[in-house]
Amino acid sequence: MNGGNILSVEHLTMRFGGIVAVNDLSFAAGRRKITALIGPNGAGKTTVFNCITGFYKPTGGTMRLTRDNAAGIALERLKDFRISKQAKVARTFQNIRLFPGMTALENLMVAQHNALMLASGLTFLGLIGAPGYRAAEKRAIDLSKFWLERIGLLDRADDAAGNLPYGDQRRLEIARAMCTEPALLCLDEPAAGLNARESAALSELLRAIRSEQGTSVLLIEHDMSVVMEISDHVVVMDYGVKIAEGSPQQVRDDPKVIAAYLGADEAEAIAVMESGT
Amino acid sequence: MPFILKKAFISAAVALVLFSLMIGVRTEAGPTGQLIYWTRFGELASLVGAVFGGSIVIELLRQWLGPSDTRQLIPPSVQGGLAIAGRLGGPALLIFTLLVPVIFYDQRYILDLGILVLTYVMLGWGLNVVVGLAGLLDLGYVAFYAVGAYSYALLATNFGLSFWICLPLAGILASLWGVLLGFPVLRLRGDYLAIVTLAFGEIIRLVIINWQSLTGGPNGVSGIPRPSFFGIPLTPGEDGLAAKLGIEFSPTHRIVFLFYLILALALLTNWVTIRLRRLPIGRAWEALREDEVACRALGINTTTTKLTAFATGAMFGGFAGAFFATRQGFISPESFTFQESALVLAIVVLGGMGSQLGVALAALAMIGGFELFRGLDQYRMLVFGLAMVLLMIWRPRGLIGHRAPTVYLKQAQAISSDLVKEGHG
Repeated sequence: MNGGNILSVEHLTMRFGGIVAVNDLSFAAGRRKITALIGPNGAGKTTVFNCITGFYKPTGGTMRLTRDNAAGIALERLKDFRISKQAKVARTFQNIRLFPGMTALENLMVAQHNALMLASGLTFLGLIGAPGYRAAEKRAIDLSKFWLERIGLLDRADDAAGNLPYGDQRRLEIARAMCTEPALLCLDEPAAGLNARESAALSELLRAIRSEQGTSVLLIEHDMSVVMEISDHVVVMDYGVKIAEGSPQQVRDDPKVIAAYLGADEAEAIAVMESGT
Repeated sequence: MPFILKKAFISAAVALVLFSLMIGVRTEAGPTGQLIYWTRFGELASLVGAVFGGSIVIELLRQWLGPSDTRQLIPPSVQGGLAIAGRLGGPALLIFTLLVPVIFYDQRYILDLGILVLTYVMLGWGLNVVVGLAGLLDLGYVAFYAVGAYSYALLATNFGLSFWICLPLAGILASLWGVLLGFPVLRLRGDYLAIVTLAFGEIIRLVIINWQSLTGGPNGVSGIPRPSFFGIPLTPGEDGLAAKLGIEFSPTHRIVFLFYLILALALLTNWVTIRLRRLPIGRAWEALREDEVACRALGINTTTTKLTAFATGAMFGGFAGAFFATRQGFISPESFTFQESALVLAIVVLGGMGSQLGVALAALAMIGGFELFRGLDQYRMLVFGLAMVLLMIWRPRGLIGHRAPTVYLKQAQAISSDLVKEGHG
C-alpha cells in the first residue's frame, strides 16, 4: 500500500460572493511524497489549504484522503477539528500561530490533546491521578522531546514560544503539527523569512519527515530553491486555476509558469525562452 | 519651564470646567420640592489650585527622574518583595487562614469578614477558570451564584434535603446553566460575548424576581436550614454537636464551622483548578485563550472545550451560592445584582488573570480593603478607586501577572505577562 495518492482533490471550487478564488482545481498529492503548490501572490494557494484543512467549506468539488489501509475520507464533509483528529491532516500557518504564552514543550503537549484526553478518561481519571494517565503523559513528553531534539530546540523546551527567534518558531510550528502524528502535513510557506542556512535546515527536516516518519507533505512555498530541491511533484496555480504540474524540472521549463511569474503573456515568455536557449 | 506652566494651566482649565458644576454649585431639593442651590467658589478655587500645583510637581518629578516607564517607578525592593511573596506567600497565607478562627475566636466581626473574603476567593477562583484560563469574558457570573443559592434554598425548604446532598446538586444545576449559557455564545467573541453574558446574568435575576410561585419573587426565600456537621446540628439542644462533645454551647461554633466549610470549599476549587491546568483539558483552555484557530488546526474540539470551561466555572459558582444560602439563612434577588459579577471580575483581573494566589490576594484586598477604609465614610469609594487606578498603572496585568508553565523538562520558568494573551472571547 505504498503507492497511490494520499490526497486527491477534484474539481475544487471556492467562491467568495462574486470572486472565484479557486476554480475547478484538480490535483493529487502522492503518498510519502512532497508535493509543492506554487503560484504568484493571490493565486488561491492558501484558499486551497483552508479548504483541505476545513477552515473553509468549498463551494464545490471533492477532496478525498486515503490513509494506509484505510477507506477514503471525504474531507469536505468534516468539521475543521475533525480533519486533524480523524483524517490526520495537520497544518501550519503563513503567519506563525504558536501559543506564545506557553512554553515550547507545552505547545507540543497541546498538539497531543486528543490522545491525552482519551488517556485521562475525559479528565476524570486524570483528576484522581490514575497510573494509566501518568504513563500516557510520560509518553507524550517523550514524543515532544523527540521532536524538540529533531528541530534542535531541546535546550529551549521550557522557554515561552513567543520568546523564541523567528526561525525557531517556524520549526516549532512544524514540530507541533507533527506531534498530532499526521498522515498528511500541510505547510503554508514554511521557508518565509528564513535565511539561506535555515532554509537548508528546513529542507533537510522536511525530507526526514517524508522518509523517516512516512508522512506525506503538501507545501505552499515561494522560495524556489526549497521547492526545486525537495519537491517530488509541483502544482502551479494562477488566478485560481491549475496552469501546470509535473516534476520540478518540467515545471521550471514550462512557458506558462514563467509567464505567470513574470507577468508577461505566453507568447512573450516563449520568445524570451527561445532567445535564451 | 514655560512648557511646565503651559501644561499646568491646561490642567487647571480642564479642572475648572469639570468641577465648576460638580463642586462649584451645590443643588438640593427644598422642602416644597423647589430647587435650592448655593455656590462654593472657595472650594472650587482650592481644587483648581491643587490641580495647578500638582501638575507642576508631577512635571518637575518627571524631569528629575528622567524619561522612564511608569513601571520603573516601583522600587526594585518592592518588586523583589512581590517575587518572594509569590513563592512563600501562598503557604504562609494558607497557614494564617487556618489559624484565623483560633486567633480571632472572640471577634465575631473578623470571623464574618473572613467568611466573606473566602466566599469571594472561591468565586474568584471559579471565574478564573472561565476568564483567566479559557480567556472567555464572562460578565454574568453571578447568575451561577444565584442558581446555586436558589437550588439549595428551594431543595432544602421544599424537600427537606440536607446541605451535603444539596451541595453537589447545586453545583450540577449551576454547571447545567453554564452549558446552557455556553451554547448561544460559542460563536461570539470579545465585546459581544461580554454583552450576552451580562444579559444572561440579568435574565436569571429577573426570572427569580418574577417567578413568584417558585422563588418567592422579591421577598426571597427565608428559613433556609443551617448546615449540620455531617448530620449533627450545631444547636444548643440535647442532640447538638456541643452536647455530644460535652462542651458548652456557643453560637461562635457555627461561625467557626462555616469558616472552615468555606475554606474547604475554596481549597477544593483551588486544588481542582491546579489539577485541571496540568491535564489536557486545562492546557486546551489555555491554548484556546492563546489562539483559537491554531487549536482547531490541532484537532481540539473548541465547542466542548469552551463548554467545559463554562460548566466548571459555573459549578464552583454554584457551590459558593449554596454556601451563601446556608450561611445567610435568607436569600433574595437583591444579593445577585450585576454589582456582584463586576466585583468578582475585578478580583480576577486585579489578581492577575490565571494566577491562583493573585486572585486570593485580590479578594483579600478588595473585600478586606473595602472594610479597612470604612472609617473614611463617603471618601471610601474615592480612596478605593484611586488605589485600583494606581495598581492598574503599576501592574497592568494584575498583582501576579506572570504565568507558570504546566509542564517542564528542566526548570519551570515564569512566563512574562507580555507574552501571555488575554483571550478575545
